[in-house]
Amino acid sequence: MNKLEAIKALTGLLAPEDLLVCCNGMIGRELYTVGERPANFYMIGSMGLGLSIALGLALARPGRRVIALDGDGNVLMGMNALASVGSERPANLYHVVLDNQTHASTGGQRTISGDVRLEAVASAVGYRATHRADTLDHFQAALRDALAQAGPVMVLGVVEGGTVKGIGRVKETPAELTARFSAEARR
Amino acid sequence: MSHGASGPSRAPEMLAALKGAGFDFFCGVPCSLLKGLVSLLEKDHDARYVSATREDSALGMAAGAFFGGKRPMVLMQNSGLGVSVNALASLHTLYEIPVLLLISWRGEDRSDAPEHWMMGEIMLPVLDQMKIPHRLLTGVAPGEGLAAQVAWAAAQLDATQKPVALIVPGGVLE
Repeated sequence: MNKLEAIKALTGLLAPEDLLVCCNGMIGRELYTVGERPANFYMIGSMGLGLSIALGLALARPGRRVIALDGDGNVLMGMNALASVGSERPANLYHVVLDNQTHASTGGQRTISGDVRLEAVASAVGYRATHRADTLDHFQAALRDALAQAGPVMVLGVVEGGTVKGIGRVKETPAELTARFSAEARR
Repeated sequence: MSHGASGPSRAPEMLAALKGAGFDFFCGVPCSLLKGLVSLLEKDHDARYVSATREDSALGMAAGAFFGGKRPMVLMQNSGLGVSVNALASLHTLYEIPVLLLISWRGEDRSDAPEHWMMGEIMLPVLDQMKIPHRLLTGVAPGEGLAAQVAWAAAQLDATQKPVALIVPGGVLE
Protein backbone atom coordinates (compact mmCIF):
# COMPACT_ATOMS: atom_id res chain seq x y z
CA MET A 1 0.00 0.00 0.00
CA ASN A 2 1.26 3.42 -0.96
CA LYS A 3 1.39 5.91 1.94
CA LEU A 4 -0.31 8.73 0.01
CA GLU A 5 -3.20 6.42 -0.88
CA ALA A 6 -3.48 5.44 2.78
CA ILE A 7 -3.57 9.09 3.88
CA LYS A 8 -6.25 9.90 1.28
CA ALA A 9 -8.28 6.90 2.44
CA LEU A 10 -8.22 8.30 5.99
CA THR A 11 -9.05 11.92 5.21
CA GLY A 12 -11.77 10.77 2.83
CA LEU A 13 -13.60 9.17 5.74
CA LEU A 14 -13.39 12.18 8.08
CA ALA A 15 -16.12 14.72 8.75
CA PRO A 16 -15.05 18.39 8.77
CA GLU A 17 -15.38 18.54 12.57
CA ASP A 18 -13.10 15.54 13.19
CA LEU A 19 -9.82 16.67 14.75
CA LEU A 20 -6.62 15.19 13.32
CA VAL A 21 -3.27 15.39 15.12
CA CYS A 22 -0.40 14.39 12.84
CA CYS A 23 3.07 13.28 13.97
CA ASN A 24 6.28 14.86 12.69
CA GLY A 25 8.31 13.54 9.79
CA MET A 26 7.33 12.77 6.21
CA ILE A 27 3.75 11.81 7.15
CA GLY A 28 2.92 15.39 8.11
CA ARG A 29 4.29 16.74 4.84
CA GLU A 30 2.43 14.07 2.89
CA LEU A 31 -0.82 14.82 4.75
CA TYR A 32 -0.35 18.52 4.02
CA THR A 33 0.12 17.73 0.34
CA VAL A 34 -2.83 15.37 -0.18
CA GLY A 35 -5.17 15.88 2.79
CA GLU A 36 -4.84 19.45 4.08
CA ARG A 37 -7.84 20.67 6.12
CA PRO A 38 -8.23 23.32 8.87
CA ALA A 39 -8.86 20.65 11.52
CA ASN A 40 -5.40 19.15 10.93
CA PHE A 41 -2.62 19.84 13.42
CA TYR A 42 0.90 19.31 12.11
CA MET A 43 3.54 18.60 14.75
CA ILE A 44 6.95 19.43 13.28
CA GLY A 45 9.19 18.75 16.31
CA SER A 46 8.62 16.88 19.59
CA MET A 47 8.86 13.44 17.99
CA GLY A 48 6.86 10.80 19.84
CA LEU A 49 4.36 13.20 21.39
CA GLY A 50 1.60 13.22 18.76
CA LEU A 51 -0.44 10.59 20.56
CA SER A 52 -0.08 12.42 23.89
CA ILE A 53 -1.37 15.62 22.24
CA ALA A 54 -4.30 13.70 20.77
CA LEU A 55 -5.03 12.11 24.15
CA GLY A 56 -5.11 15.46 25.95
CA LEU A 57 -7.39 16.84 23.24
CA ALA A 58 -9.69 13.80 23.39
CA LEU A 59 -10.04 14.22 27.15
CA ALA A 60 -10.69 17.95 26.82
CA ARG A 61 -13.26 17.56 24.02
CA PRO A 62 -15.08 14.25 24.66
CA GLY A 63 -17.81 15.12 22.18
CA ARG A 64 -15.45 15.24 19.20
CA ARG A 65 -13.67 12.47 17.34
CA VAL A 66 -9.91 12.87 17.64
CA ILE A 67 -7.58 11.01 15.29
CA ALA A 68 -3.86 10.58 15.97
CA LEU A 69 -2.04 9.97 12.69
CA ASP A 70 1.27 8.38 13.57
CA GLY A 71 4.24 6.63 12.02
CA ASP A 72 6.10 3.61 13.37
CA GLY A 73 9.09 5.73 14.47
CA ASN A 74 6.84 8.02 16.47
CA VAL A 75 4.93 5.14 18.08
CA LEU A 76 8.16 3.46 19.11
CA MET A 77 9.59 6.67 20.55
CA GLY A 78 6.44 7.50 22.51
CA MET A 79 5.30 3.98 23.30
CA ASN A 80 4.60 4.98 26.90
CA ALA A 81 1.70 7.08 25.62
CA LEU A 82 -0.08 3.95 24.41
CA ALA A 83 -0.25 2.85 28.05
CA SER A 84 -1.82 6.20 28.99
CA VAL A 85 -4.39 5.75 26.22
CA GLY A 86 -5.11 2.24 27.50
CA SER A 87 -5.53 3.62 31.01
CA GLU A 88 -7.71 6.63 30.16
CA ARG A 89 -9.62 4.78 27.39
CA PRO A 90 -11.22 7.82 25.72
CA ALA A 91 -14.05 6.55 23.50
CA ASN A 92 -13.44 9.37 21.01
CA LEU A 93 -9.77 8.61 20.26
CA TYR A 94 -8.61 6.76 17.12
CA HIS A 95 -4.96 5.93 16.53
CA VAL A 96 -4.02 5.45 12.89
CA VAL A 97 -0.48 4.20 12.31
CA LEU A 98 1.28 4.11 8.94
CA ASP A 99 4.06 1.58 9.33
CA ASN A 100 6.82 1.59 6.70
CA GLN A 101 9.45 0.22 9.08
CA THR A 102 11.68 3.20 8.33
CA HIS A 103 12.60 6.68 9.47
CA ALA A 104 11.64 8.16 6.10
CA SER A 105 12.57 11.80 6.73
CA THR A 106 16.14 11.05 7.85
CA GLY A 107 17.11 8.85 4.92
CA GLY A 108 15.10 5.67 5.27
CA GLN A 109 17.01 4.02 8.12
CA ARG A 110 15.18 1.01 9.48
CA THR A 111 13.09 1.17 12.64
CA ILE A 112 12.43 -1.92 14.77
CA SER A 113 8.73 -2.14 13.93
CA GLY A 114 9.51 -5.17 11.75
CA ASP A 115 10.29 -7.00 14.98
CA VAL A 116 7.54 -5.49 17.14
CA ARG A 117 3.87 -5.69 16.24
CA LEU A 118 2.65 -2.30 17.35
CA GLU A 119 -1.04 -3.27 17.27
CA ALA A 120 -0.24 -6.12 19.69
CA VAL A 121 1.18 -3.54 22.09
CA ALA A 122 -2.00 -1.47 21.74
CA SER A 123 -4.09 -4.53 22.42
CA ALA A 124 -2.01 -5.47 25.47
CA VAL A 125 -2.37 -2.02 27.07
CA GLY A 126 -6.14 -1.93 26.73
CA TYR A 127 -7.22 -0.42 23.40
CA ARG A 128 -10.78 -1.58 22.70
CA ALA A 129 -9.85 -2.95 19.28
CA THR A 130 -6.94 -3.09 16.88
CA HIS A 131 -6.66 -3.73 13.16
CA ARG A 132 -3.68 -4.51 10.93
CA ALA A 133 -4.07 -4.01 7.19
CA ASP A 134 -1.63 -4.83 4.38
CA THR A 135 -3.71 -3.65 1.43
CA LEU A 136 -5.58 -0.45 0.67
CA ASP A 137 -8.93 -2.27 0.59
CA HIS A 138 -8.34 -3.81 3.99
CA PHE A 139 -7.07 -0.52 5.38
CA GLN A 140 -10.19 1.33 4.19
CA ALA A 141 -12.47 -1.35 5.61
CA ALA A 142 -10.59 -1.28 8.94
CA LEU A 143 -10.86 2.51 9.14
CA ARG A 144 -14.62 2.34 8.45
CA ASP A 145 -15.05 -0.28 11.18
CA ALA A 146 -12.88 1.62 13.62
CA LEU A 147 -14.55 5.00 13.17
CA ALA A 148 -17.99 3.41 13.64
CA GLN A 149 -17.09 2.02 17.05
CA ALA A 150 -15.98 3.41 20.42
CA GLY A 151 -12.27 4.07 20.84
CA PRO A 152 -9.54 3.79 21.63
CA VAL A 153 -8.89 1.81 18.48
CA MET A 154 -5.66 1.37 16.55
CA VAL A 155 -5.68 0.90 12.81
CA LEU A 156 -2.21 0.01 11.54
CA GLY A 157 -1.58 0.14 7.83
CA VAL A 158 1.56 -1.53 6.48
CA VAL A 159 2.80 0.89 3.82
CA GLU A 160 5.67 0.97 1.35
CA GLY A 161 8.86 2.80 2.25
CA GLY A 162 10.53 5.46 0.19
CA THR A 163 9.56 9.05 -0.44
CA VAL A 164 7.62 10.62 -3.28
CA LYS A 165 8.86 13.66 -5.20
CA GLY A 166 6.81 16.83 -5.00
CA ILE A 167 5.88 16.59 -1.33
CA GLY A 168 5.68 20.10 0.11
CA ARG A 169 6.38 21.51 3.53
CA VAL A 170 3.74 22.99 5.82
CA LYS A 171 3.53 26.69 4.93
CA GLU A 172 1.74 28.01 8.00
CA THR A 173 3.90 29.04 10.96
CA PRO A 174 3.61 26.96 14.13
CA ALA A 175 1.79 29.83 15.87
CA GLU A 176 -0.66 30.03 12.96
CA LEU A 177 -1.24 26.28 13.21
CA THR A 178 -1.99 26.63 16.93
CA ALA A 179 -4.46 29.43 16.29
CA ARG A 180 -6.38 27.71 13.52
CA PHE A 181 -6.43 24.28 15.15
CA SER A 182 -7.57 25.70 18.50
CA ALA A 183 -10.36 27.56 16.72
CA GLU A 184 -11.51 24.29 15.11
CA ALA A 185 -11.16 22.28 18.33
CA ARG A 186 -13.14 24.79 20.43
CA ARG A 187 -15.95 25.24 17.90
CA MET B 1 17.53 20.50 54.05
CA SER B 2 15.72 20.58 50.76
CA HIS B 3 13.89 17.31 51.18
CA GLY B 4 11.51 17.08 54.11
CA ALA B 5 8.28 18.56 55.35
CA SER B 6 8.33 21.59 57.61
CA GLY B 7 5.00 22.79 58.91
CA PRO B 8 1.54 22.05 57.51
CA SER B 9 1.19 21.42 53.79
CA ARG B 10 -0.11 24.35 51.79
CA ALA B 11 -1.47 22.03 49.11
CA PRO B 12 -5.16 22.94 49.77
CA GLU B 13 -4.31 26.65 49.42
CA MET B 14 -2.37 25.90 46.21
CA LEU B 15 -5.19 23.88 44.64
CA ALA B 16 -7.70 26.61 45.48
CA ALA B 17 -5.36 29.20 43.97
CA LEU B 18 -4.93 27.16 40.78
CA LYS B 19 -8.67 26.66 40.36
CA GLY B 20 -9.25 30.32 41.16
CA ALA B 21 -6.91 31.29 38.32
CA GLY B 22 -8.82 29.07 35.90
CA PHE B 23 -6.58 26.02 35.70
CA ASP B 24 -8.80 23.09 34.75
CA PHE B 25 -6.53 20.40 33.30
CA PHE B 26 -3.91 18.79 35.51
CA CYS B 27 -1.42 16.11 34.66
CA GLY B 28 2.11 15.12 35.48
CA VAL B 29 4.47 12.75 37.18
CA PRO B 30 4.65 13.00 40.98
CA CYS B 31 7.45 14.00 43.32
CA SER B 32 7.59 13.53 47.08
CA LEU B 33 7.83 17.32 47.41
CA LEU B 34 4.46 17.59 45.61
CA LYS B 35 2.71 14.63 47.19
CA GLY B 36 0.19 16.72 49.16
CA LEU B 37 -1.02 18.41 45.99
CA VAL B 38 -1.07 15.19 43.94
CA SER B 39 -3.10 13.50 46.66
CA LEU B 40 -5.68 16.31 46.58
CA LEU B 41 -5.81 16.28 42.78
CA GLU B 42 -6.35 12.52 42.66
CA LYS B 43 -9.35 12.80 44.98
CA ASP B 44 -10.82 15.77 43.11
CA HIS B 45 -13.16 14.67 40.30
CA ASP B 46 -13.53 18.20 38.93
CA ALA B 47 -9.79 18.60 38.60
CA ARG B 48 -9.50 15.38 36.56
CA TYR B 49 -5.81 14.71 37.20
CA VAL B 50 -4.14 12.52 34.58
CA SER B 51 -1.26 10.45 35.91
CA ALA B 52 1.29 10.48 33.07
CA THR B 53 4.16 8.06 32.56
CA ARG B 54 6.73 10.63 31.43
CA GLU B 55 6.89 14.37 31.87
CA ASP B 56 7.14 15.09 28.14
CA SER B 57 4.02 13.01 27.54
CA ALA B 58 2.24 15.04 30.24
CA LEU B 59 3.30 18.16 28.35
CA GLY B 60 1.91 16.71 25.13
CA MET B 61 -1.42 16.06 26.84
CA ALA B 62 -1.38 19.61 28.19
CA ALA B 63 -0.87 20.94 24.66
CA GLY B 64 -3.82 18.93 23.38
CA ALA B 65 -5.96 20.08 26.29
CA PHE B 66 -5.05 23.70 25.51
CA PHE B 67 -6.13 23.24 21.90
CA GLY B 68 -9.42 21.97 23.31
CA GLY B 69 -9.93 25.11 25.38
CA LYS B 70 -8.46 24.09 28.73
CA ARG B 71 -5.94 25.93 30.87
CA PRO B 72 -3.38 23.23 31.68
CA MET B 73 -0.89 22.70 34.47
CA VAL B 74 1.83 20.03 34.46
CA LEU B 75 3.54 19.01 37.68
CA MET B 76 6.88 17.26 37.82
CA GLN B 77 10.09 16.73 39.73
CA ASN B 78 13.01 18.72 38.34
CA SER B 79 14.48 15.48 37.00
CA GLY B 80 11.51 15.60 34.60
CA LEU B 81 12.64 18.97 33.29
CA GLY B 82 15.50 17.10 31.61
CA VAL B 83 13.01 14.76 29.96
CA SER B 84 10.92 17.76 28.87
CA VAL B 85 13.47 20.03 27.21
CA ASN B 86 12.70 19.03 23.62
CA ALA B 87 8.93 19.21 24.13
CA LEU B 88 9.19 22.67 25.67
CA ALA B 89 11.56 23.86 22.94
CA SER B 90 10.00 22.38 19.80
CA LEU B 91 6.34 22.23 20.82
CA HIS B 92 5.15 24.66 23.50
CA THR B 93 7.58 27.53 22.94
CA LEU B 94 7.59 27.18 19.15
CA TYR B 95 3.81 26.80 18.76
CA GLU B 96 2.95 29.34 21.48
CA ILE B 97 1.13 26.95 23.77
CA PRO B 98 0.81 28.31 27.31
CA VAL B 99 1.28 25.73 30.06
CA LEU B 100 2.03 26.20 33.73
CA LEU B 101 4.91 24.04 34.97
CA LEU B 102 4.94 23.22 38.67
CA ILE B 103 8.46 21.90 39.23
CA SER B 104 9.78 20.58 42.54
CA TRP B 105 13.33 21.42 43.50
CA ARG B 106 15.18 18.27 44.47
CA GLY B 107 18.89 18.78 45.00
CA GLU B 108 18.49 22.34 46.20
CA ASP B 109 21.54 21.57 48.30
CA ARG B 110 23.94 18.68 48.79
CA SER B 111 22.01 17.23 51.72
CA ASP B 112 19.65 15.69 49.15
CA ALA B 113 20.29 12.36 47.40
CA PRO B 114 23.19 12.45 44.91
CA GLU B 115 21.09 11.69 41.83
CA HIS B 116 19.51 15.13 42.30
CA TRP B 117 22.68 17.15 42.72
CA MET B 118 23.37 18.18 39.15
CA MET B 119 19.79 18.92 38.12
CA GLY B 120 19.31 20.73 41.44
CA GLU B 121 22.22 22.97 40.50
CA ILE B 122 21.39 23.61 36.85
CA MET B 123 17.57 23.81 36.94
CA LEU B 124 17.26 27.60 37.23
CA PRO B 125 19.98 28.31 34.61
CA VAL B 126 18.29 25.78 32.28
CA LEU B 127 14.97 27.59 32.65
CA ASP B 128 16.73 30.91 32.06
CA GLN B 129 18.44 29.57 28.94
CA MET B 130 15.08 28.27 27.70
CA LYS B 131 13.56 31.73 28.31
CA ILE B 132 10.92 30.25 30.62
CA PRO B 133 9.93 32.82 33.28
CA HIS B 134 9.93 31.32 36.77
CA ARG B 135 9.32 32.15 40.40
CA LEU B 136 10.27 30.29 43.54
CA LEU B 137 7.55 29.42 46.03
CA THR B 138 9.67 30.06 49.08
CA GLY B 139 9.08 32.56 51.83
CA VAL B 140 5.58 33.04 50.45
CA ALA B 141 3.32 34.61 53.07
CA PRO B 142 0.36 32.57 54.38
CA GLY B 143 -3.11 33.50 53.17
CA GLU B 144 -3.02 35.16 49.77
CA GLY B 145 0.66 34.44 49.09
CA LEU B 146 0.37 31.39 46.88
CA ALA B 147 -2.62 32.85 45.05
CA ALA B 148 -0.51 35.90 44.19
CA GLN B 149 2.23 33.68 42.71
CA VAL B 150 -0.30 31.68 40.70
CA ALA B 151 -1.92 34.91 39.50
CA TRP B 152 1.50 36.13 38.34
CA ALA B 153 2.02 32.87 36.43
CA ALA B 154 -1.45 33.06 34.85
CA ALA B 155 -0.82 36.64 33.73
CA GLN B 156 2.53 35.61 32.21
CA LEU B 157 0.86 32.73 30.35
CA ASP B 158 -1.77 35.06 28.94
CA ALA B 159 0.79 37.68 27.95
CA THR B 160 3.36 35.36 26.36
CA GLN B 161 1.34 32.28 25.29
CA LYS B 162 4.40 30.27 26.32
CA PRO B 163 5.41 28.08 29.28
CA VAL B 164 5.89 29.57 32.75
CA ALA B 165 7.25 27.77 35.81
CA LEU B 166 6.64 27.88 39.54
CA ILE B 167 9.43 26.19 41.50
CA VAL B 168 8.46 24.30 44.63
CA PRO B 169 11.09 23.79 47.34
CA GLY B 170 10.68 21.25 50.14
CA GLY B 171 8.10 21.78 52.84
CA VAL B 172 5.44 23.68 50.85
CA LEU B 173 3.21 21.14 49.07
CA GLU B 174 4.14 17.87 50.75
